[in-house]
Amino acid sequence: MSAISSPAQPETGDTATPPPASAAEIDASCRAPLLLLFVCAALWLLTASGFGLVATLKFHSPDFLANCAWFTYGRVHPASLDALVYGFAAQAGLGVLLWLVCHLGRTRLDFRPGIVAGILLWNVGVKLGILGILAGENTGFEWLETPRYALVTMFGAYLLIGLGAMRTFHQRREPGLYISQWFLLAAVFWFPWIFSAAGFLLAAKPVRGAMQAVVDAWYFNNLTKVWLGFIGLAAIFYFIPKLAKRPLHSHYLGIFIFWTLALFGSWGGIPMGAPLPAWIPALSTVAAVLTLVPVLGVAMNVRGTAAGECSALARNPSARFILFSVAAYVIAGLSTAITSVYGVSEVTNFTWLVPAQTQLFLYGFFAMAMFGSIYLIVPRLLGVEFSPRLVGLHFWLAALGIVIYAVPLAVGGVVQGTALNLGSGPFFDIMRSSLTFLRASTTGDLLMALGHLVFLLNLAGLLARVARQALRQACADNLKPAEATP
Amino acid sequence: MNPGPLLFLASFFMMSVSWLGFVLMPQLQIGRQGQVDVDGQLYPPMRPGMARQGEQVYRANGCFYCHTEQVRPKGYGSDVARGWGGRPGVVQSVAQDYLYDRPVMLGSQRIGPDLANIGDRQTNELLLLLHIYNPQLTMPKSVMPPYKFLFETRKLMPGEQLSTNALPVGDANPGEEVLPTDDARALAAYLVSLHSDSILFETPPPPAPATNAPGAATNAPASGAAAK
Repeated sequence: MSAISSPAQPETGDTATPPPASAAEIDASCRAPLLLLFVCAALWLLTASGFGLVATLKFHSPDFLANCAWFTYGRVHPASLDALVYGFAAQAGLGVLLWLVCHLGRTRLDFRPGIVAGILLWNVGVKLGILGILAGENTGFEWLETPRYALVTMFGAYLLIGLGAMRTFHQRREPGLYISQWFLLAAVFWFPWIFSAAGFLLAAKPVRGAMQAVVDAWYFNNLTKVWLGFIGLAAIFYFIPKLAKRPLHSHYLGIFIFWTLALFGSWGGIPMGAPLPAWIPALSTVAAVLTLVPVLGVAMNVRGTAAGECSALARNPSARFILFSVAAYVIAGLSTAITSVYGVSEVTNFTWLVPAQTQLFLYGFFAMAMFGSIYLIVPRLLGVEFSPRLVGLHFWLAALGIVIYAVPLAVGGVVQGTALNLGSGPFFDIMRSSLTFLRASTTGDLLMALGHLVFLLNLAGLLARVARQALRQACADNLKPAEATP
Repeated sequence: MNPGPLLFLASFFMMSVSWLGFVLMPQLQIGRQGQVDVDGQLYPPMRPGMARQGEQVYRANGCFYCHTEQVRPKGYGSDVARGWGGRPGVVQSVAQDYLYDRPVMLGSQRIGPDLANIGDRQTNELLLLLHIYNPQLTMPKSVMPPYKFLFETRKLMPGEQLSTNALPVGDANPGEEVLPTDDARALAAYLVSLHSDSILFETPPPPAPATNAPGAATNAPASGAAAK
């Protein structure tokens, strides 16, 4: 321990620097803010599922809730997506990010009141945004639908949380940087940059004409491929070596992934045939194909780390989530690269394959990595273990859910795209027949919703157990002296 | 050495590269477009006020989650073959068409047909209103949900005639009439205003017959063609 902390002394130049915090101290400092983040994230996830189910049921019966403006498809659908991204993904991601920053830097969480205030404000912002969308104040930009007042609230809230992450990172007692810290620090900055740039250019001072579509695509691609990608990969590169009990296969491959993902991941997102100067979709396609480099890098690095340990890892229910998320990341990356190629995009663009890919990335990769991380982090915060059976139940519901959601939609998208673009059948007939696939995917939606319920109940059950123990302890402590006095 | 600032600069650099290349460069190229003169008329024209209000109804109700407003070039997908195109040449939708869209709603999925030129295909506002009220009345195979909340049902006084703008719907009770609200009429006006069919420099008319223009799949405007 002293061998590690001594080189840190000249670096900070401060003789009064405290020694590296112990894991228990770190977890104690993280407890309140992180539990708040994770419980809020779980609640938003369930909300997103609820809205998503309402939206998908409209394809079973168009009249379902049709006379209520607040629940028309064009409002609940974006409400569901934004609840998933800003309510769940952002909060779960930030919770995991803060915990990793503390543990990798061996320092307590700093600026906690600010972080808690930020979390509360973020939830107010997301709630305002979702209500705004339902009330018809959608900005009209996909993935940035929340109205201006919600954007400003969320930005302010993020600054508070991000400042906490920065200060904690700055106080780290570990001089060397692990690869996850590269991803995490970049993620801390990446979000406010893209969020403020896109918010300014779309909501505050809108750019003219088709430029709005360019900025929106740029924002969405950065948000998912880079920001969520960085946080998810940081968790994967931290937990896979921990669980496999061996060091990461290659640190330098990790750094290579960081650079290539930051470079190629931030350029894609505009399909061929878009009404823009041709170099924009062309460059976008090149970047999307080159994203294969970091994706394959991730596959190699995880394979090198976990080789031979996979079956042992799969016995741990939390590790199963993380392995699933790696697989989903690779599949989503491959399919994005393939479907952005000129001839393939011609068929698959605008079909059901598009939401299938997005959900595979957001849910199969990111949410699964977060579930696994949360199941590994929360027991350390509370000192109580999850029931492996219930975690396993959540895993199977979530894994089957995303597979049954994404596979029919992907197949349906290809069938629909082929019929639409290479055949000549009437549009409405093709759409009608493609609905069969969408209806099949509703089963996946239902399973995922059940999984989310189990997730929330797992968290709530653990908290209730801890609260009961604390209460019993407090009663015992208070009663003892009373008995002893006479 | 403290690697923190280096890492900050590195991610700032990557972020700036992406912003410069994918936001600033397009902005310099198409961000300052203005109206162009097409045979003495300015294109694109400003939408009439009613249509501009309808654009906000279209936005508020998220119509763009199921309908795109972009036609891909002839030969790329079957957009033109399905009659969604508005221009005789190869190139269809171009950046110029969206100059006055607030916001621009290109859409990313086609659960319903493309609407970039719906104003060319359907000019009868009453039929559009009927379709919005209950899509299955006009297109029995449509999967679109009804938007009855954009309409109001009014009781007729005994002996009162139907209003002139009442919808001819069969499912209304006798003694009642279905009237479009301002929102519905604005939305119909917006849909009728949707057409991008002017021939521009970047969307040349087809050349003399039997010659297939090379580079058919690009839709680069003037400066883009020069840069590429």
